[in-house]
Amino acid sequence: MIPAAFAYQRATSVDEAVRLLGQSEDAKVLAGGHSLVPLMRLRLAQPATLVDINALDRELGYIRRDNGTLRIGALARHYQLEESAEIKRSLPLLAEMAAEVGDAQVRSMGTIGGVLAHADPAGDYGTLALMLDATITTNKRSIAARDFFLGLFSTPLAADEMLTEIAFAVAAGPHAYLKFRRRMSDWAIVGVGAQKLDDGSYRVGITNAATTPIRADGVEQALQSGASPAEAAKRAGQRLDPTSDLRGSAEYKTHLAGVLTQRALEAAL
Amino acid sequence: MADRLPVSVAVNGTTYTREVEPRDLLVYFLREDLRLTGTHVGCDTSQCGACTVLLDGRPVKSCTLFAVQADGKTLTTIEGMAKNGELHPIQKAFWDEHGLQCGYCTPGFIMTASALLAKLPNPTEAQIRKGLEGNLCRCTGYVNIVRAVQSASAAMAARSAATPELVERGA
Amino acid sequence: MAVSQMIGARIQRREDPRLITGGGRYIEDLKPVGALTMALVRSPHPHARIRRINADAARALPGVVAVLVASDFKEVLKGSHPVAPAFVAEKLTVPDRYPIAADEVVFQGEPVVVVLAENRKLAVDAAEAVEVDYEPLPAVTDLFKALEPNSPKAHVNLVDNRAWDLTYAGEDTVSEAFARAEVVVKERVVQQRLAPTAMEPRGVVAEYSEYDGQLTLWLGTQNPHFIRLFVAGMLGMAETKVRVISEDVGGGFGSKISPYPEDYLVAAAARLLKRPVRWIETRSESIQATTHGRGQLFDVEIAAMRDGSLLALKVTQYLDTGAYVGTFGAFQACACLLAGGAYKWPGGVAARTVGVLTNRVPTDPYRGAGRPEATHNIERILDKLAHEIGMDPVAIRQKNFIQPDEFPFTNNFGLIYDSGNYQGAMDQAVQLVEYDAFRKRQAQARAEGRYLGIGISSWIEICGFGPSAATVGATGGLALIESAQVRIHPTGSAQVFVGTHAQGQGHETTFAQIAADTLGLPYESIEIRHGDTAEGAAFGYGTYGSRSLAVGGMAVRKTAKQVVAKAHKIAAHLLEAAPDDVVFDQGRFHVKGNPGTAKTMAEVAFASFGASLPEGVDHGLEATSYFDPPNFVWPFGTHICIVEVDPNTGSVNLEKYVAVDDCGEIINPLIVEGQLHGGIAQGIAQALFEEVSYDEETGQLLTGTLQDYLVPTANEIPTPVLGRTITPSPSNELGVKGIGEAGTIASSVAVINAIVDALQPLGITHIDMPASPDRLWQQIRAAQGAQA
Repeated sequence: MIPAAFAYQRATSVDEAVRLLGQSEDAKVLAGGHSLVPLMRLRLAQPATLVDINALDRELGYIRRDNGTLRIGALARHYQLEESAEIKRSLPLLAEMAAEVGDAQVRSMGTIGGVLAHADPAGDYGTLALMLDATITTNKRSIAARDFFLGLFSTPLAADEMLTEIAFAVAAGPHAYLKFRRRMSDWAIVGVGAQKLDDGSYRVGITNAATTPIRADGVEQALQSGASPAEAAKRAGQRLDPTSDLRGSAEYKTHLAGVLTQRALEAAL
Repeated sequence: MADRLPVSVAVNGTTYTREVEPRDLLVYFLREDLRLTGTHVGCDTSQCGACTVLLDGRPVKSCTLFAVQADGKTLTTIEGMAKNGELHPIQKAFWDEHGLQCGYCTPGFIMTASALLAKLPNPTEAQIRKGLEGNLCRCTGYVNIVRAVQSASAAMAARSAATPELVERGA
Repeated sequence: MAVSQMIGARIQRREDPRLITGGGRYIEDLKPVGALTMALVRSPHPHARIRRINADAARALPGVVAVLVASDFKEVLKGSHPVAPAFVAEKLTVPDRYPIAADEVVFQGEPVVVVLAENRKLAVDAAEAVEVDYEPLPAVTDLFKALEPNSPKAHVNLVDNRAWDLTYAGEDTVSEAFARAEVVVKERVVQQRLAPTAMEPRGVVAEYSEYDGQLTLWLGTQNPHFIRLFVAGMLGMAETKVRVISEDVGGGFGSKISPYPEDYLVAAAARLLKRPVRWIETRSESIQATTHGRGQLFDVEIAAMRDGSLLALKVTQYLDTGAYVGTFGAFQACACLLAGGAYKWPGGVAARTVGVLTNRVPTDPYRGAGRPEATHNIERILDKLAHEIGMDPVAIRQKNFIQPDEFPFTNNFGLIYDSGNYQGAMDQAVQLVEYDAFRKRQAQARAEGRYLGIGISSWIEICGFGPSAATVGATGGLALIESAQVRIHPTGSAQVFVGTHAQGQGHETTFAQIAADTLGLPYESIEIRHGDTAEGAAFGYGTYGSRSLAVGGMAVRKTAKQVVAKAHKIAAHLLEAAPDDVVFDQGRFHVKGNPGTAKTMAEVAFASFGASLPEGVDHGLEATSYFDPPNFVWPFGTHICIVEVDPNTGSVNLEKYVAVDDCGEIINPLIVEGQLHGGIAQGIAQALFEEVSYDEETGQLLTGTLQDYLVPTANEIPTPVLGRTITPSPSNELGVKGIGEAGTIASSVAVINAIVDALQPLGITHIDMPASPDRLWQQIRAAQGAQA
């Protein structure tokens, strides 16, 4: 299928991109495009204007570490996250997560900023952002990850606001991300991430089991109080609200979250 | 008629300058404007990978990019793989190993495999399968596709060993 | 006779150089100058009345040449979509089907409006701009509810949703056996709807030449001659005025056998508008509107003795025909006739098929078509019976197999199995999979709380359609024989025209191997031509039902031998010898005992165009003939699968897959193995992944893209270990059978039997397809609950 006609604008700076976004009623950012373009081809999305920010590769494609903070430009692509020596050193869980996003071709194009801004509960990076209290920066402000995911495909981003950076505290300890799916290239039916921090505490997050990614704080607290992975995992379902769909019933997904939580914790011991 | 935008793109070593509509997908630009019909369309949701080409050396699904996004870039399509009438080792391996039946998905697989082998010249079977996760084949059960990539990897290693200057030149 | 060099040779395919370089010629690659693009407005409803169509906005868009509705086609398209008798000669309800809906739509995806524009973008824009006002009607979705008298009907004017209801053998056939049986086991087996998903979607291009009244239709089809016949009929044209050309076909698997509404609509639009017209299906259209496979429910009941002796079988098939009866939809009723599988049934086999109309896209053959279903039923119920009586699944099969010395074997429906050694194939598979060692490992794993299982599937297949006597009724008059024309040119190269076609199976290679050996010409000098109805013999019957080699390959063989016979006479004349004194050996004719003086086939070919020919022999070296096989062919084999099930997630790990298949003599082992790999993958895909899902209430399609319709990737399909036995077919002189569908016929139940075996300690005795993680987990949990 062919998308409906739209106006195309190529931004050469963040300022220009934001200005262009503000000019049109129904403008969308074109970054990796791998969520947007299929929807446009099916004509489920028909934006009037696309603001292509791919030319901002250099401005927003960075991956760097400032002391204890890993800063990643919004336009860093999945393959860069997967291959980056800095990320493997400073936040290997992110590199492993990136390697499991979509497929090789999708990873050539898709961006971390695009995944976060799209706020699909199946987006893996949102889980990590929540787990690690990441800071999401836009042209206007900084937003704590816990304040970013408002609901299904919903964020506090204004129409003329663009995500520019995500910053994580470095975490190189034991970790795991278990992404359960039927086909290798699929979204997670449910995904669970676990990261052990230097102080010995755990962070646990769950993908695609509610309208937003979920921080499994109940599991974290249980571990803090000395619970075993199996015991702690029993609390994985606490804040979940999965929907029943072709990939699985809500009941199954909730159960799966528990199983994967236990396994992720065991792998991240 | 909608606005048309100039696009200049190097495809298989030749630079083409054309005007496109913003909504023209890269795959149709290749197929219809440049008449490079070896790149196929098998789905409309970026699953099947039949449209895979190399964009600045990386594999992309050309059905999920607009032609305007390729402006100023370098593309390689299946038509650019054989050089001077000599098949690329991956093409040769697909032939030798019966890595295709109907052939429709094959160009996409060959392009994805070439990117995979550029990154991992000596992949394990699991790495090959993982590397091909974005391409669907309905005929082969993937058995001989995996074998073809294994055999291409060996052939390319042997060729590099025999002519080290090729490696230096990045061939 | 030439010493066989090419037959049996493992050679690379000659199709491949063009396909691996981007030089393939698929339908979308073709774009005649001035071609219009057709886009279709399709029904979004499974069932609705069309109240009003407003196309004013669409017509006003730039580049739109025409917007057509059903009434615009009435003058050009006459008649109804063909429905072959297949295995159900007498049908009860066959709704008329016009290529485009007029007043009522009966499945989601049915064409309602045709838009023609200067390019694809404009055509799609215009299709989006058409407004159709529908009055939704209740949709028929459930097979059993559909059969209730007060059910809504798939078409408003139907009296009954029963398309057919045919009893091949009544329950009385088996009542005595069921009465004396020591054990009776039954099961309901679901065959979910599948989308065949050839990687190349469909497409049609048509050009009508007004002055000579000639229509050329290009499309990707398995069946060019039949398409010509149907399109000519619907357009009221002579067959000679319609030329169908099908070049490289990007897979079909049965979905490109029958004609489609778009075939007629594109042809008619080209005729109406006097411009070439092109339509290329999108994947979303394909999942909606290309025929589906399977879509059946079976009630299976088996009667046996406690020692594992089988007595009798009862099978009832409920087949979801969709909203119209598919052209070859009733072919799938062969699941009834083959219900008995590889075993003997002294107490009889009762079988009944019921076709049920629903508000879904029609079903039609999909790889295996009826035979995977038959295999799934018998192999599933046999395992259930074995479990019930505490017998090993290998042993129960061994006890009941038809024995090698019992061939030709006439089954309970009068079908004659040509040759086989079922035990031999199973023995090899059991050995390859290390069955005994596995059972030990399984016992150990069970003690550790792990769930390993092994599943066996011994399959047989009817294929090679087919003998004229048996198939003439099934098509409504055209016996499924096959033709070939062989023509040797003066300089010794040969063209072979065949009536069948290819969808990726390498006929250009295989048929050339047969022709080379038969003609005694170098393989390289032989060209195979197919897919163009204006070339070669008058009619061909297409590629499906694993028939191309056993029937089409034999037509090549037979015709090439006729050419050799003619060459023989000319050679004798050239050698100044009596024909009886001349022998043909490795491509050379010579007088017996004098191989030094010889004429090659190329020399004879040259001479055949000269002035010195023997008395009564015409010029040229060519022949056309038709091969009518004396019987079907009957391949067979045993597949064994080992799985481990994770009871906590319901996921299945395919640990090992062994397949020992027997397709008689082999022309090219490389191609045979490739067919098995792909076929096995499709069966595994049915067992674990694929299902076309509809909302049970609304009837809306839920798996509309490849995001939701789960065609597996390279990561989900294991590499099978292939073994082989060779039991030549006595039905043709090449001794060949068929292999295109074998893998799919055997594999779904091997996987499911393995999963059931794995979960047997939980008391689970059956699992439906696809065995998704959720489904398995639910079932495991229920079983654990029951045990607790």
